[in-house]
Amino acid sequence: MSVIGEPGQRVEQTTPASAPAAAAPAKPHLPWGGSTLLRHLALVALAAVVLLGLTYWLEPFRNYQLATVAAYLCATAGLTVLTGLNGQLSLGHGALMAAGAYTVALTQQMLTDRGATGVGVLVVSLGCGVLVSLLAGAVIGVAAARLRGPYLAGVTLAVALVVPALAITFDGTLGGEQGLSFYVDPPPAALGPYFPYERWQAWLALAGALLVMLLLANLVRSRFGRSLRAVRDDEVAARLAGIHVARTQVLAFVVSAACAGLGGGLLAVLAQSVSPGAFSMTLSLFLLMAIVVGGLGSLAGAVWGALLLVILPELTHLITEQFTLAPATAQRLDGNLPLALFGGTLVVVMIVAPGGIQRVLVRLARRIDPRRRTAPGPEER
Amino acid sequence: MTTELLSVRGLTAGYGAAPVLREIDLTVHAGSITAVLGANGAGKTTLLRTLSGLLRPSSGEIRYDGVSLHGVPVEQVVRRGVAHVPEGRGVVTELTVDENLRLGGLWRRDRAAAKQTLAEVYELFPPLAQRRRHAGHQLSGGERQMLALGRALMARPRLLLLDEPSLGLAPRVTAQIMGLLRRLRERTGLTVLLVEQNVRSALSVADQGVVMSLGQVVSTADAERLRSDDELRHLYLGF
Amino acid sequence: MDRFVFLTFDGLVRGVVLAAFALALVLIWRAARIVNFAQGAMAVASVYVAYSVTAATGSYWIGFAAALLAGLALGTLVDVAVMRFVDHSSPLNAVIVALGLVLLLQAVLGMTYGNEYLPVAAPLSRDALSIGGLALLSRYDLFVFAAVLVVVVALALLFTRTPVGLRMRAAAFAPQVSRLLGVNVGGMLTLGWALAAGVGALAGMLVLPTELGLHPNAMDLVFVSAFTAAVVGGLDSPAGAVVGGVAVGLILSYVSGYVGSDTAPIAVLVLLLAVLLIRPNGLFSSAQARHV
Repeated sequence: MSVIGEPGQRVEQTTPASAPAAAAPAKPHLPWGGSTLLRHLALVALAAVVLLGLTYWLEPFRNYQLATVAAYLCATAGLTVLTGLNGQLSLGHGALMAAGAYTVALTQQMLTDRGATGVGVLVVSLGCGVLVSLLAGAVIGVAAARLRGPYLAGVTLAVALVVPALAITFDGTLGGEQGLSFYVDPPPAALGPYFPYERWQAWLALAGALLVMLLLANLVRSRFGRSLRAVRDDEVAARLAGIHVARTQVLAFVVSAACAGLGGGLLAVLAQSVSPGAFSMTLSLFLLMAIVVGGLGSLAGAVWGALLLVILPELTHLITEQFTLAPATAQRLDGNLPLALFGGTLVVVMIVAPGGIQRVLVRLARRIDPRRRTAPGPEER
Repeated sequence: MTTELLSVRGLTAGYGAAPVLREIDLTVHAGSITAVLGANGAGKTTLLRTLSGLLRPSSGEIRYDGVSLHGVPVEQVVRRGVAHVPEGRGVVTELTVDENLRLGGLWRRDRAAAKQTLAEVYELFPPLAQRRRHAGHQLSGGERQMLALGRALMARPRLLLLDEPSLGLAPRVTAQIMGLLRRLRERTGLTVLLVEQNVRSALSVADQGVVMSLGQVVSTADAERLRSDDELRHLYLGF
Repeated sequence: MDRFVFLTFDGLVRGVVLAAFALALVLIWRAARIVNFAQGAMAVASVYVAYSVTAATGSYWIGFAAALLAGLALGTLVDVAVMRFVDHSSPLNAVIVALGLVLLLQAVLGMTYGNEYLPVAAPLSRDALSIGGLALLSRYDLFVFAAVLVVVVALALLFTRTPVGLRMRAAAFAPQVSRLLGVNVGGMLTLGWALAAGVGALAGMLVLPTELGLHPNAMDLVFVSAFTAAVVGGLDSPAGAVVGGVAVGLILSYVSGYVGSDTAPIAVLVLLLAVLLIRPNGLFSSAQARHV
């Protein structure tokens, strides 16, 4: 499977003169090189402005959906880096999202019980969620570092199945099958009395997503990012080149787990509740489908994937609404048709276009303008 | 007048962009032993793989017994009488001697005849008969070569494609194998296309020699000539 | 002590079913070097077929036969229509495709039958028979033992004594050489898939009457447990799968019995991690690489 460059890279390569400038960072002793970081910051700032405008234009339900996309994006972005760039197939990221979500729920409950209010509460909760999922990721990552291929997949699948078991076993704290619900403050007073709640949700989620994208974009372009790919492509060669393979694997897992935790925490905030049903094995498979269809290893692909996760159920709902169906049948279809489409899409994409949406777009762009060449990755087969 | 059993014209084949075989022409007469010689990388193994269908040629023609082998799947080739003993012998090490041999004749509809052939193979290779329940990985190099040959003979082939049978074997064992080939040719009219690095052994039994270099046939000559013509030998075979 | 004996026998029954399922996984692994992550979903689909057939005909046994046939058909279909087309250069590809199939199968089942737990009756009494005052096995348990024994023996005979079995083993060990010997390697691979799916269907039929009910996700945990069993025994080893299955069955029984049945997935995870970290090749695997 091939890996595609990040958004913005295409523009760099059009003129050869700019290539050396991009290759030689202005301040080589900074871990990321000054120019890359600045460029990414500029892109993020631009995206933030555009998205901000979007949240004013969209109606409330669409803002809520946008927020959901952003929450999923945190998870898909982390997972695509782990699986696409580092070659570790994790089927347990739904459980890591759950870790973040449950932590947020418990922290919110605890803080609001003590009367804390304000945006800071959410920041603390989400921070704790990230921390807990980071730790969980570290534990799994250390075990996973020694496993490859189907063994890793099997272990992470077992992790995914553990969520409902944990929720029920510790149902005193975790609320069992019903889960937990908690209170989230309304938007801060500074925004005005009529500020739509959904827009506030969108802002929160988008802030998280942009942060994750910035972090990962820089990580991918850094030396660590190169280590990730090197380990994926040829472990022995990477070790010979001086890369500490196990450490790279664990770090990759930890980073992706933290991102998943943030995503899960955000989902919890959006729903103001958590339950084991929302974080089942199916969610882990959804995330996998999202990154494969979007394009493994591509952050732009992660965006496509997250969009797909929200839009596809919406579309199937529209389709089923066209037919007059018995309520039971309609419910069955509503719940399962998206799954069927997700699964079918995953199978078809893996066979026909393993590079996903992003690859198809890149190829189309190349056909339209041959001068716009992306750097061919060594991963291309 | 001997018939052409195998006729190859303009065969070109490869594994990627660059072809390994370039416009190979080759004729093998029924009942003869042809040695394919040349240095490593000359394309000898690729030639055999293309003949048995493991590799698709990009152009050229292969005619076996007058019929084109174009598009014939690998599994069908043995049913037409072409047995290929690949590089490394292809002994299935997880199976026993008996299982390996029986495997060679499984495709034959006439089970009685296959059983008969099995008995004949055991007669031909007494060491195999002694070790028929041993697993493939327990055999020595020479025994594995016998097993690979015996297994190929289970199909009662008319054309035997042999890839480097002498590899890793002691000279005495190699001589035995070559002698066996000659006997089989005399007894059953078996035609052999023999790829060999060990030029001396190959020429000791061959009727004709085909010298390959860098994917092309550089010389086709009687084995006698190759044995006696020093200049030809120096030029193409290095001794 | 009574409890221990009871849990032991219960674990043996469980274990024997897991052994059958693990055998199915080993079968495909040996033939195609793939872990069939869709094995559970395929098994549950077969059981749903049995459910419909039994409902239509009123006979459990006709339904049972239908499940086996459905398994064979589904295995064939998955290999011929899907797996054939997957690029096997990376082992991840087959895993991802199988997971896509899981989503697809579970969704189709949900759409057809709904997501409620459907009741599945056992064909024989599940009351424990008493021997010497101890409640040991029920008639159903004995049936389970017998069924798995028959399957294991049948498979063993098939592979070691029949020409088809020889072809299948040869095709798995040395595909190129086998082709040169006239073996239809692709066909043998499909046959392997069909058999594995059939065995998985059998395992599903045996285990589901003891579960909460028939549900699209009902075999998820069984899959992971059987995967653990296969790994314990060594993915390459059929004997290992049987031993691993029994071992995992016993461990799960004790954990469920003494700690709580909801903790079973946690126990499986711990066990899987332990095996993979301590003896990654399993207890029975032959470390010998496949060479020709």
